[in-house]
Amino acid sequence: MHIMEGFLPHPWWEIWYVISMGIVAYGVYRLSRVTKKLPEAKPLLALMGAFIFVLSALKLPSVTGSCSHPTGSGLAAVIFGPAIASVLSMIALLFQALLLAHGGLTTLGANTFSMGIVGPVVAYLIWVVCRKARLPTSAGIFLAATLGDLFTYVTTSAQLALVFPTAAGFFDAFLKFGAIFAITQIPLAIGEGILAIFLFDFLAKYKGQLLAAIKVISLPITAHEQEGKE
Amino acid sequence: MKTKHIILIVVMVALFIVPFIISPSAEYGGADSAVEELISNQGYEPWFSPIWEPPSSEIESLLFALQASIGAIIIGYFVGFEKGKRAKK
Repeated sequence: MHIMEGFLPHPWWEIWYVISMGIVAYGVYRLSRVTKKLPEAKPLLALMGAFIFVLSALKLPSVTGSCSHPTGSGLAAVIFGPAIASVLSMIALLFQALLLAHGGLTTLGANTFSMGIVGPVVAYLIWVVCRKARLPTSAGIFLAATLGDLFTYVTTSAQLALVFPTAAGFFDAFLKFGAIFAITQIPLAIGEGILAIFLFDFLAKYKGQLLAAIKVISLPITAHEQEGKE
Repeated sequence: MKTKHIILIVVMVALFIVPFIISPSAEYGGADSAVEELISNQGYEPWFSPIWEPPSSEIESLLFALQASIGAIIIGYFVGFEKGKRAKK
């Protein structure tokens, strides 16, 4: 989903920067509130950042015969809320822009928007809907992480189609970019969903009380938390 | 480890092996660069280039491995720490 350095002309890169930085600023505020209220949540924050670091470094093969990478930001959104996931995503994107020439400084705003805002918001909403529908926790986590990942790439496709419409218009370009990005991403997104289940199951078992105390997530804690009492 | 987790591991491994069975001769280039090419073919010239690029693909893979290992160390530390804390009780 990285839009390469220099591939968003004026005024697009500024527009995405303004939108993203506003939300990242709110995320920093949320972050400082959570860590002040619950200092014991700091290692969990590091863990969520680490999950994003690992997943966004893994370039995986897909059935389309090309490679791409998952994002990891959906799980952070479910546990800490989408705004904090935005901050963590931007850190990973900045690392890749500076050290790997992957993505870029001028496209950081746009890439933060897709991976750090749309993906996490989608993941969070899916999670809420799954909880309301009383689906099993694993199903909720899986769908949230998978669809958050997928929609990150759908967003990138739309961002590029806005700037580079074909002769047939925005929608035609959107389908063309989407065919490369989103189709490749489907198996990877499923893989991310599975990894998210693993980490979440561990957290629910060992950190159930902390998850509940953050108050973003409402777990069907009964069984888990009893197990997780320290 | 529950049966659920074992099934999930098998599914995940299969997900990333299947591509090589379906299309063994594909190039497996990055989707990012495929899109980059598509845009460049329309005649677009990027107006800014990365301020620093890894000098070779070896260095690039080094830095990708570094990124993944930083994350993996933190995850491993966290999981081990919590399990150890629980086991002590």
